[in-house]
Amino acid sequence: MDILLIVIGAVLTNNILLTAFLGLCPFVGVSGQYSSASGMGMAVIFVLTLTVPSNWLINHFVLEPFGMEYLQFITFIVTIAFVVQMVEMFMKRFSPELYNALGIFLPLITVNCAIFGASLWAMQLWKFNFVQGAAFGFGGGVGWALAILAMAAIRERLKMAPIPQGMRGAGITLIIIGLMALGFAGFTGMINLQQFAGS
Amino acid sequence: MAMNEANLQVSKAQVPAIPIWRKWGQTATFKELISDIWNDNPTFRMVLALCPTMGATNMAINGFTQGVATMFATAASSITIALIRNFVPSEVRIAAYMIVIAAYVSLVDIILKAFLPPLAQALGPYVPLIITNCFVLGRAEAFASKNGPWLSFVDAIGVGLGFTLSLTLIGIVREILGFGTVFQMPLLGDAWIPWVFMIVPGGAFVTVGLYVGLVRQFSPGGSVEET
Repeated sequence: MDILLIVIGAVLTNNILLTAFLGLCPFVGVSGQYSSASGMGMAVIFVLTLTVPSNWLINHFVLEPFGMEYLQFITFIVTIAFVVQMVEMFMKRFSPELYNALGIFLPLITVNCAIFGASLWAMQLWKFNFVQGAAFGFGGGVGWALAILAMAAIRERLKMAPIPQGMRGAGITLIIIGLMALGFAGFTGMINLQQFAGS
Repeated sequence: MAMNEANLQVSKAQVPAIPIWRKWGQTATFKELISDIWNDNPTFRMVLALCPTMGATNMAINGFTQGVATMFATAASSITIALIRNFVPSEVRIAAYMIVIAAYVSLVDIILKAFLPPLAQALGPYVPLIITNCFVLGRAEAFASKNGPWLSFVDAIGVGLGFTLSLTLIGIVREILGFGTVFQMPLLGDAWIPWVFMIVPGGAFVTVGLYVGLVRQFSPGGSVEET
């Protein structure tokens, strides 16, 4: 039950994009087209579900016993790069169609702040355990994908809209994300992720 | 040799004295710096590095600190990368750059926690997010991997100053409207009803969106290419 609550909380009340600004640069860059937005969303779900638990394992079994928490950032970055590379090779070998759909997005994801940020949030801010961390990773990915799909659909409509020249592209996209964030603020208080912290 | 020196003496005597700041203004270094601050401004021109931009600008002082921390990390990693660029095989260069950047950002994080605990508390996890800041890696890849340490340093400082400037501007607007203060000094008085909207995430998105739109609309020769 807790796990389900964490997933829903990560999608709606603590959406990593709309409340913590994680992964905003690729969001603005990729949301112009629906097809690439859905590819990027799937890739983020996939990678987040894998990287948060693997970072948790490294943090819990290597860094904490030796008192090396100050190396957290470096190890997280290396782990993420490693996992993404592995997933890419594995996918290329065993599932070419999935590789064709997600392939070009995977290398981009290594420097996506959503991936690194979600690990930090799960480990430093909320101190989740292993299963909770995995649930948070999955839910965070789903929340990000939900937001980018909604945004891509809105932007397809915007192509015909009379927008001032300077506002086109990034400007209007950011303002619409702001309105979307206000809408999602309505979910605040439904689930409080803080109550699971450190349990 | 003697001839040359004599020529130099003569030319020095003939040319009227140029004030030193004029001379600096003519150097390649200075032009690079100015171009970095405005033309390559990460926030308003390139619309990169948005997570720290928004997460750390609910007050002007937070934005300023975040900007300075980013500037330090960018400068230090640019120098390091410029020094090691000839020893790193090109296949693994991105990974090597990431590790260098991560090391310096860890340093910044530890320094902030040790010497400025309240600010570190306010910025929270947004300091480590400097690592995945697109423009830090972008500067390393586009500039420091091709130039010497001094130019790379100047380039990083220029971009860092531009970033600090934009973060502080965003922070000032959000703080004035959201708290009625500037750098925690009262500005608008008690009659002002704070706009809570400017402090919540929604306000950050709208503020940055308006800034980007205005800068693009009114900057001369600003290129607008997207739809």
